[in-house]
Amino acid sequence: MSLDTLPRAARNNHRRARPPGRRWRSRLDVKAMPYALVSPYFILFAAFGLFPLAFTLYYSLYDYDLTGTVEWAGLGNYTSLLSDDDFWRATVNTVSMFIIATVPQMLLALFLANALNKRLKFRLAIRMSVLLPLVTSVVAVAVVFTQLFARDWGLVNYILSWFGVDATNWRAERVPSWIAIATMVDWRWTGYNAIIFLAGMQTIPRDLYEAASIDGASRRRQFWQITLPMLRPTMIFVVLNSTIGGLTLFAEPMTFYNGNPDGGSQGQFQTVAMFIYKEAFREFDFGYASAAAWLLFLLILIGAAINFLFVRRIGGTK
Amino acid sequence: MTIWKPTVLTRVMLGMAIVLSAFPLYWMLVIASRTNSDAVSVPPALLPGGNLGDNIVAVLTHPEAQFVQGLTNSFIVATVVTISVIFISTLAGFAFANLNFKGRNALLLLVLLTMAVPLQQMGVVPLYRLMVALDWTNTLKAVILPYLLNGFGVFLMTQYTRQSVPMELVEAARVDGAATLRIWWNVVLPAVRPGMAVLGINTFMLMWNDYMWPLIVANQNPTVQIAINSLNARFSTEYSLIFAGTALSIIPLIVVFVLFGRQIVGGLMEGAVKA
Repeated sequence: MSLDTLPRAARNNHRRARPPGRRWRSRLDVKAMPYALVSPYFILFAAFGLFPLAFTLYYSLYDYDLTGTVEWAGLGNYTSLLSDDDFWRATVNTVSMFIIATVPQMLLALFLANALNKRLKFRLAIRMSVLLPLVTSVVAVAVVFTQLFARDWGLVNYILSWFGVDATNWRAERVPSWIAIATMVDWRWTGYNAIIFLAGMQTIPRDLYEAASIDGASRRRQFWQITLPMLRPTMIFVVLNSTIGGLTLFAEPMTFYNGNPDGGSQGQFQTVAMFIYKEAFREFDFGYASAAAWLLFLLILIGAAINFLFVRRIGGTK
Repeated sequence: MTIWKPTVLTRVMLGMAIVLSAFPLYWMLVIASRTNSDAVSVPPALLPGGNLGDNIVAVLTHPEAQFVQGLTNSFIVATVVTISVIFISTLAGFAFANLNFKGRNALLLLVLLTMAVPLQQMGVVPLYRLMVALDWTNTLKAVILPYLLNGFGVFLMTQYTRQSVPMELVEAARVDGAATLRIWWNVVLPAVRPGMAVLGINTFMLMWNDYMWPLIVANQNPTVQIAINSLNARFSTEYSLIFAGTALSIIPLIVVFVLFGRQIVGGLMEGAVKA
């Protein structure tokens, strides 16, 4: 800092002719500067990380109503939530959509990554085109898919009609609405996860495959016995990421019902994040919404733990 | 090695993946360039029409859509957050990677822990009430401030700095009498430029696409996603109008993507292996 103004020669001579003030300043620089460098992050963390978390906990213990009265509720919000059918429906919706979206997505991403890992021409162009959905905004994706899934004129029902399938009302029924939303999620994220898997695959030493080929192992066997087990660290990263993203799903189902947090006439595709949004910003029941936010966090922890244990076993030949 | 040769099945699968990735975007263009009655016709029209220009003008000049404002706001928000996050992350990343100080590992662990908490969903209620109390609702600073906290950025830049700035280089600069900030500026920043690019593109796209927080805190002063959302909520059957809007909203991202495609793909893959 203070050196900025010194000419280069003076800087180079500083060891011989350093005035006492400078030495003190340079010690301060070495001792204190690291803290100064990390402080912006931690100040922001206090303001926008710790403060909201602590206050969410605090709010969750109080009852808020529309008139602005606030009353101590203890764990009342939590117990009401656990016996609230709407909350349970939202939880079932969220978990179901997560499973419907994630299982095929992981499989497709793995096979796509395996294909991308071959010796191909136009490699960059191919990789970029499977990443294209990621740079499309979630709202735009949801708008397009909502039109594609329309009952009377949507392309999806039109194509299905060639195979004799009757028009499905994708938005009105529970499972079809989950499938439609899971399709939006998968369209956006499959290519991204494939690229991440591809990165993981490229770190697997090629001589492993050579040795296996010499031993007569088929391609399929090599995929299941070498690629999958070696890919486990990458898979843990991808699965945990998808768990957090999937269980906090919000923009797609919101847009599917034209920006309304009810999630359909019967709440058939309302997610927990939409439930929180509705309780907080439609009903202004901040306590109830905050308690729901903590339960969502709990759900994420449970989901992450289950998936972590599951992935750890994948391809385990021992 | 025959195993690295693509089979017919591989080629077919890749071809399908490319078509499926591109199709919804093509479809967006088809509807955006046609009239409303075309959007609901059976059988569906499959080729673009000639109304793209008219539809874009319609959405830009629509009195209730606030579309120009949405685009401008999104641009400001995404740019400010991107620059700030790069600044904060390179400073902290340098400290964590190259400097010795008490509590370094504990603080770095704290950064990693914050990455695992979905703060956006967890903390919305207090954050919203804070913005109300400060009378900042419908201002851009309310949209921007919570996003300056970015644990991923600090983590990424720590990893990047660790790999691209050897300790000896920092020591040598110190022996030459350079102060810490000067080392950051003259030694670290030039070396971590690729990492900065990855973080920057990532942050910009994330901010451009963000939906929940601006919907809560600034729906009267919308970002582009919120502008589309209100169009969709109020005129849900005006397909050609809404689709022209969505097409406009993704153009900046497509431009960034085409310009920096190599860095985005490379950065993603490198980041995946490092994490």
